[in-house]
Amino acid sequence: MLHTVNKSPFERNALASCLAHATDGAAILLIEDAVYGATKGTSVAAKVEAAAAKCKVFVLGPDLAARGMSEDKLIDGITVVDYEGFVDLTVEHSVVQAWL
Amino acid sequence: MSEVMDLPGDDEEYASGVVKKFMFVNRKAPHGSIYALEVLEMVLISAAFDQDVHLAFIDDGMYQIVKGQDPTGINQKNFSKTFRALDGYDIEKLYVEREGMEERGLTEDDFLVDVEVISQAEMAELMNGMDVVLSA
Repeated sequence: MLHTVNKSPFERNALASCLAHATDGAAILLIEDAVYGATKGTSVAAKVEAAAAKCKVFVLGPDLAARGMSEDKLIDGITVVDYEGFVDLTVEHSVVQAWL
Repeated sequence: MSEVMDLPGDDEEYASGVVKKFMFVNRKAPHGSIYALEVLEMVLISAAFDQDVHLAFIDDGMYQIVKGQDPTGINQKNFSKTFRALDGYDIEKLYVEREGMEERGLTEDDFLVDVEVISQAEMAELMNGMDVVLSA
């Protein structure tokens, strides 16, 4: 299963709910305002770090760049993908769940 | 015979040049919705009326003034540069709430403009002293 999240973790509980429902080995892709959740040192970082240990966590590069979130601030274990990588993820997983 | 009409904006208050304390409260991240850009448009309009303008950045709003934004990859305008031009319009009262910075792992060095970092309690006091508050 591929989970996509597009809301800021500080404004909505979409990321928290996604992380609570994602099972081991699932893929989680953070896009749009959800990319803020991929950075170190935030109040949600511990939860995202724990998810990165049991799931594959990805973040969309163009959305990071748009928001000035540099890749060296990312939580360890998170992989940056471009739009082509986004497409690949949707192809690799038969089910995509969008946490809006 | 014609009557002389009062023109809109030609009321006593406008004519006497009353300056009100305005606060624009920014709570939204910059590129996920149109709110941030729309508030910035209002700020620029307010500058034309020589009002006492204050900008507050709380919650996700402080992401609007983070350095290094490059939204070309998502086909959006980089309006963060406009914040650097605000001092040219005599808009220099920018406040960021410390608690929100800590929640987001942000420091004063992460911002592209000079801001005053204040506590939530101080922000509440500041808001209380305003004549007009516009929040988005």
